[in-house]
Amino acid sequence: MTPTAETMISRSRAYARQERRRRLGPLSALTHVALLVWTVLVVVPILWTFLASVKSEDEIFGDAWSLPVSLRLDNWARAWEQAHVGQYMINSIVVVGAGTFGTMLFGSMAAYVLARYRFRGNRAIYLLFVSGLAFPVYLALTPLFFVVQNMGAVPVIGRFIGLNSHGGLVLVYIAYSLPFTVFFLAAFFRTLPGAVAEAAFVDGASHTRVFFQIMLPMARPGIISVTIFNVLGQWNQYQLPLVLLPADKEKWVLTQGIADISTAAGYDADWSALFAALSMAILPMLIVYTIFQSQIQKGLTAGALK
Amino acid sequence: MNYGRTRFVTGFLAIPVALYVIYVIAPYAQAFYIAFTNWRGVSADPQFVGLENFRRLLDDDVFWKAVGHNLILLILMPVLTIGIALLFAFLLNSGGRGGTGGVWGSKFYRVVFFFPQVLAVVVVAVLFQQVFRPDRSGMLNAPLIALGFEPVGFLSDTDVALWALLGVLVWQAVGFYVVLFSAGISSIPRDMFEAASIDGAGGAQLFFRITLPLLWDTIQVGWVYLGIAALDVFAVVWVMTAEHGGPDSSTTVMAAEIYRNAFQYFRFGYASAMGVVLFFFTIGFAALALRLSRRERIEF
Repeated sequence: MTPTAETMISRSRAYARQERRRRLGPLSALTHVALLVWTVLVVVPILWTFLASVKSEDEIFGDAWSLPVSLRLDNWARAWEQAHVGQYMINSIVVVGAGTFGTMLFGSMAAYVLARYRFRGNRAIYLLFVSGLAFPVYLALTPLFFVVQNMGAVPVIGRFIGLNSHGGLVLVYIAYSLPFTVFFLAAFFRTLPGAVAEAAFVDGASHTRVFFQIMLPMARPGIISVTIFNVLGQWNQYQLPLVLLPADKEKWVLTQGIADISTAAGYDADWSALFAALSMAILPMLIVYTIFQSQIQKGLTAGALK
Repeated sequence: MNYGRTRFVTGFLAIPVALYVIYVIAPYAQAFYIAFTNWRGVSADPQFVGLENFRRLLDDDVFWKAVGHNLILLILMPVLTIGIALLFAFLLNSGGRGGTGGVWGSKFYRVVFFFPQVLAVVVVAVLFQQVFRPDRSGMLNAPLIALGFEPVGFLSDTDVALWALLGVLVWQAVGFYVVLFSAGISSIPRDMFEAASIDGAGGAQLFFRITLPLLWDTIQVGWVYLGIAALDVFAVVWVMTAEHGGPDSSTTVMAAEIYRNAFQYFRFGYASAMGVVLFFFTIGFAALALRLSRRERIEF
């Protein structure tokens, strides 16, 4: 490109920029007004919850916009201990941790084999997994309940995988997370170059070793995206625990616990503890999100666009 | 390199396929059978009753109300969410350099708008149950009462409740689609905006002639996602509303009726028939959405 052509292009770019700025002048102020309005709509209910969590009962029943006279931090202690929010949160972490780990392990194994090995039935198994993306979970709810109930009757391990067990819920989470995980990761594994793996095979590495030590690390960006997707999806679950952990409050996950405190609050009313419990459910998610926000946004967007 | 290949493939597939068949495929297959029985959980062997459940469904007013509410959500939730999200995505990406740089603070807005997305739906539902409280302890009614207006029964007025829920659903969903559409917009080459600008295109023209057509694939994905989400609405209704879908069934949805019939009334056959109807709604919607929005794909 000649220098003149370059100058001309950069000039016309500068001109276009100026032009746009000139036209958007008044619009630009409106832009910020609109964006700030939505910011307020998002932030205020959340801040308001935190505020209510340190109010006394009387203050909560008074004007919604009043400030607390003193900070009632004992609300938080009551929610954590007496309303069992601490226990629910630990249960959620255990179930989602195990569920996501299992999903990623088994999902990536299946996706890898389906993406990179040719054998009879490959296509059929792949379609079987992917078809699960289209089914509404509510259709399977009743039979699923009985499947898990029957698992409880299996000798020895039954009590760890039946109804009202975390193991049972974890297995169900894994199974229902597989369609998306396999779909996404299979597409990802297909794009990886084969040369490194070939070299490892020549050096005598086994298939398993090639998978864990070469292919899995190469697939890291995809793995991270899907992990985020699964963590949020499983943490969010309410319907499945409601059906599969019906009794035994000790085992409930956080979403069940929060919903229950809200319902119970109608009768025996520890409103301040309800707001504290809500804050406790919100705060860690916001902190973790704020730290990893760019990765979370990228991961979820990549997930949606595949 | 073929040594142990078959054993490896089988070994890697065994557990995932087994879990998937036991917990996903088998229940779905059974659900279609159960839908044709009168199973209520008490008798050991359910009787086959043919289309009886579906005939009964036709006369079930509450179920049709639920279907109606799902259809309202199916139309309005994607329209509102995508509309608002597109507006913000466009605003966020317009101001700055040559149409794609982003306004001042766009990163901040993107982070904040996304907040609701990382909260569990149940948490959002309980939060808004408090926001909507009918007296002056509710965030929205407090200013109304202070200004001398009648408080609004956001969740207790049969004419208002469904719209309140729709608001919550849109509130939670918008942020994700702002980020999704922003990513789409920023992948459109800058030159296109510049060229159009030089040719005298204004903000609206840039939006309708360039941004929208080039974003169409992404919008379509969002539309299918939101539509399926609208058909699957459960927690917001179950947690927020009186009688889990009230008052007077004014907010109930298919998922809530399925759960209620199965696990509160123990009408497993009947609930499964509802599930089959929901299944066909979902498949039908997805097929229709993809068909209607198919367009010439623009490569860039």
